[in-house]
Amino acid sequence: MLADYGYIGLLLAFALFFAVTTLLLPFSLSLPARLTVYYRRFQQYLETHYPFMTRFIPPLPKFPKFMQIVPYKPSPVKNSTFECGMETIGKSWIRFNFRYYFYALVFIALDVMVVFIYPWAVELKGLGVFGFVGVLVLIFILFIGYLYAWKKKVLEWK
Amino acid sequence: MEIEEVYSSRELDRVEGKAVNELIARSQQVIPDPDKWLDEELERNVLLTSVDAVLNWARRTSMWPVVCFPACCAFEFITTEASRFDLSRFGMEIVRASPRQADLMITAGTLTWKMAPQVKRIYDQMAEPKWVIAMGACAISGGIFASSYSVVPGYNRIIPVDVYLPGCPPRPEALIHAIRMLHQKISRKSLISGGE
Repeated sequence: MLADYGYIGLLLAFALFFAVTTLLLPFSLSLPARLTVYYRRFQQYLETHYPFMTRFIPPLPKFPKFMQIVPYKPSPVKNSTFECGMETIGKSWIRFNFRYYFYALVFIALDVMVVFIYPWAVELKGLGVFGFVGVLVLIFILFIGYLYAWKKKVLEWK
Repeated sequence: MEIEEVYSSRELDRVEGKAVNELIARSQQVIPDPDKWLDEELERNVLLTSVDAVLNWARRTSMWPVVCFPACCAFEFITTEASRFDLSRFGMEIVRASPRQADLMITAGTLTWKMAPQVKRIYDQMAEPKWVIAMGACAISGGIFASSYSVVPGYNRIIPVDVYLPGCPPRPEALIHAIRMLHQKISRKSLISGGE
């Protein structure tokens, strides 16, 4: 049946399998544990803010332990940002200098050149004049971009 | 561009020292090893044991270690991880930099009290269920630094340890043996007892 739909059908089947195993299954298996924690939090909230309401809350039915296959034990430390074990200081949404962006662009252009030149240099004799001219054209195009960046004063750090 | 200083260095020392001293005061007692479920005899039925078997198989064959290698036993771990001893045979080839994706902490090496809060924090941030192998003499008891004022005398002061692996440093074969022992320990775990 999958063959009728080609590879799209296969992709969809894999997507479904992925969604079930990584999202749906862990979530549903940890649901009793989650509910217990949420309900306890709700009870604490009521006890602190509306003490007279506490007698009206029914106790949570006790889930058997084997239903909590995926454990759910949140804590403030566990939910906090991971920073190699250190406590985070300051905001994580800091601004980077805009000039890094230009550097990244120039780097990508020159990186492509390196990627093409290495294999070409290894097989220089085999590829002959045609390969040589081709790489010269590539370098010429990138050199124009480099000159453009130079003219736009990207290379100066002010 | 000036970076805004949150703490001055002296203030940072004071804050850190306070946290470390509090941790030392809190961790004078040894945390008992989580091994209650090893001796338990449970009433097991077919459904539960099969679920247990699948779960424990999945958990023990995909243990991903978190990066926590404070000292020189780390090199033995690296050897174990590399091609000759090949830890990926046990499904452990991925060493995670983030504790969110890891469930095994191989504590390779000496731990100072200054570093202890960070290790404890990483352990707290690991996803459940999680296990710890104390690798090497320093991790078990402080090793040759046991009497030093600055060294934690055993990781079980700050985190519960599942398997103790002696040696200074232990050879890769010994580490693999410890991992096999941890596999056996996990395979005895049941959802009813939970071991919590």
